[in-house]
Amino acid sequence: MPATIREVPNPSVRIDHGKCIADKGCRSCIDSCPLDILAFDEGDGKVKMAYDECWYCLPCEHDCPTKAVTVSIPYLLR
Amino acid sequence: METRTLDVDVLVVGGGTAGPLAAIRAKEKDRNLRVLLLDKANVKRAGAIAEGMDSVNNAVIPGHATPEQYVREITIANDGIVNQATIHAYASRSHDMIRKLDGWGVKFEKDGNGDYAVKKVHHMGAYVLPMPEGYNVKKVIYRQIRKVGVEVSNRLTATRLLTGGGGRIAGALALDSRSGDFVVVRARAVILCTGAAGRLGLPASGYLFGTYENPTNAGDGYSMAYHAGAELSGLECFQINPLIKDYNGPACAYVTGPFGGYTVNAKGERFIKSDYWSGQMMLEFWRELESGNGPVFLKLDHLAPETVTRIENILHITERPTRGRFHEGRHTDYRSDLVEMHISEIGLCGGHSASGVWVDEHARTTVPGLYAAGDLCNVAHNYMLGAMVFGEIAGGDAVDFLDGQAHAAIDQDQVEAERKRLFAPLGREEGFTPAQVEYKLRRMVNDYLQPPKVTAKMEIGLRRFAEIREDLERIKATSPHELMRAIEVHAILDCAELAAHASLYRTESRWGLYHHYPEHPERNDAEWFTFVEVRKGADGRPVCFKRPVPPYLFPIDEQDRDAYNRLRIDAPAAA
Ligand SMILES: Cc1cc2nc3c(=O)[nH]c(=O)nc-3n(C[C@H](O)[C@H](O)[C@H](O)COP(=O)(O)OP(=O)(O)OC[C@H]3O[C@@H](n4cnc5c(N)ncnc54)[C@H](O)[C@@H]3O)c2cc1C
Ligand code: SF4
Ligand code: SF4
Repeated sequence: MPATIREVPNPSVRIDHGKCIADKGCRSCIDSCPLDILAFDEGDGKVKMAYDECWYCLPCEHDCPTKAVTVSIPYLLR
Repeated sequence: METRTLDVDVLVVGGGTAGPLAAIRAKEKDRNLRVLLLDKANVKRAGAIAEGMDSVNNAVIPGHATPEQYVREITIANDGIVNQATIHAYASRSHDMIRKLDGWGVKFEKDGNGDYAVKKVHHMGAYVLPMPEGYNVKKVIYRQIRKVGVEVSNRLTATRLLTGGGGRIAGALALDSRSGDFVVVRARAVILCTGAAGRLGLPASGYLFGTYENPTNAGDGYSMAYHAGAELSGLECFQINPLIKDYNGPACAYVTGPFGGYTVNAKGERFIKSDYWSGQMMLEFWRELESGNGPVFLKLDHLAPETVTRIENILHITERPTRGRFHEGRHTDYRSDLVEMHISEIGLCGGHSASGVWVDEHARTTVPGLYAAGDLCNVAHNYMLGAMVFGEIAGGDAVDFLDGQAHAAIDQDQVEAERKRLFAPLGREEGFTPAQVEYKLRRMVNDYLQPPKVTAKMEIGLRRFAEIREDLERIKATSPHELMRAIEVHAILDCAELAAHASLYRTESRWGLYHHYPEHPERNDAEWFTFVEVRKGADGRPVCFKRPVPPYLFPIDEQDRDAYNRLRIDAPAAA
């Protein structure tokens, strides 16, 4: 994984960085995503949607301990 | 980027639904064995059941149905082309599997007496067991995986199988999609549980990952089995499902039907007698969409508000829990609005239709030591519970197979050839992105393979696929993740070509829309009461051939034979 992550434009999966505790080592959403599209940016310490490959399935949201993840239906389907 | 080598006794590829049960069974049968379960995703949340299931589609429970009735129903639903021994292998173990899951903590709907509350959705018998609280099924199974000591390895995408002397299985090769490592797994038996080929057709939305199937299931298993020399079966019997338009997930008839929901056309009229998913039902659905009577809708607005709330508490919480979000975005409320339905992209899937790797009633493929279970194998209409049962069968039989067998020797040529194929996109200075090639390929699949099937179109399709095969040499990847996507495109292309060859070979129409071939409009039992098989020929090209349908264990009455071809309600029924 590259150290800095380019987030997809208009990501349909959003992380509330105020709530996210990735700085404490949490990677739950990244670990549970079956498509492996979320990534931790070592540059700015933020979790981002790195690939526009979302099945809108929700393990990321359900496994987040702080409810920081919000999944929307991808734009093309909305 | 390193090469890692692992040595195990039983390798299970795919930790979704069938895979965990296969691994658990193998480990339970012999605790001294090294059993490795690997998955492209994370086993904890991998596969179709990651967010639970809302019903068992095919429960065979004493007092509601017998294995014999079930075998007959599926034989008729699949237009006669089944190996009844495999369907019976599932049916006779169905109830035990439900009780086992129940014992582990999976919740099934029960009536006031504590009996399983089975509902009738199929055309003939009653087999649907609701799971209104079925969201925890994966968690429960994961606990068992840990308990029995199965080894788990995540983020490994298997790309090729290894074979040794006599064509026997020797292991598998995989890509670590995080580190980019190349992983060589030596194994004495391999069980493939990689699910359907769910990224074959392009969904109408155009979004590559907006598929019906979990898009991790790109068809890798079909491709791996094919290249290892296994026989694939029924690839002309496509999977096509009725889904919520654009959302592309099930509505789902198995949930709403028992509550009184049903499918209607734009006039609000019912036109099919049974909402159970079959090719024949899909043909009526498609005809209605194509006629002036479409679109087709799911109708719930006549139900009491409490009933609708109960439906929402299932549909918006389990299986595909973003359904509620989608409806909200479109301002659709089940209480006052019809839900617009559409048909899915095509796919290959044993569990929903009958397109898969050929297996017998022991889950054995035609390659010694290689097993297949779940949506990947050709056991018709097997769904979630069938995946679990066949996983168990495979796990048990694989342990017996090991008896006295050493590891087959690894052929270094196979390893090096795969290393070259797999990593080539990383070395390219410029090229197409994996997504570009995948998009074009899947659009061509829609254009040329989607039923109604037409010879001239499928032949053009094969020419386009051959051109795209050359483009595979021009894909560029910049990370291990993209490398995984690139190698998936190879598998999708294999599936597209094999599906086209099998479809051209069966010169009749069968399974309603799944193989609707208007140049050969009738079902022709005299010539085509047979499986169509495909395997890799000596020249490396696909070869199609017939495999006879084994004699039935339970003969079908002449009058029942066509029951699924009489699904249309001709005169408008009073709704
Ligand atoms: C949306 C939806 C709703 C459904 N609803 C119902 C229902 O209500 N009732 C019912 O009975 N059935 C239902 N089904 C069907 C049922 O879920 C499936 O038949 C069953 O779960 C298939 O199990 P499987 O193990 O074959 O596939 P999966 O559970 O999908 O597992 C396949 C696994 O293989 C992994 N994998 C794929 N390729 C590779 C590779 N190359 N290397 C490593 N790992 C790989 C994937 O990551 C995945 O974890 C539904 C299916 C879907 C998609
Ligand atoms: S909704 Fe599913 S695919 Fe999308 S980011 Fe979350 S876990 Fe991954
Ligand atoms: S699971 Fe939640 S808290 Fe943890 S890294 Fe993801 S968004 Fe942050």
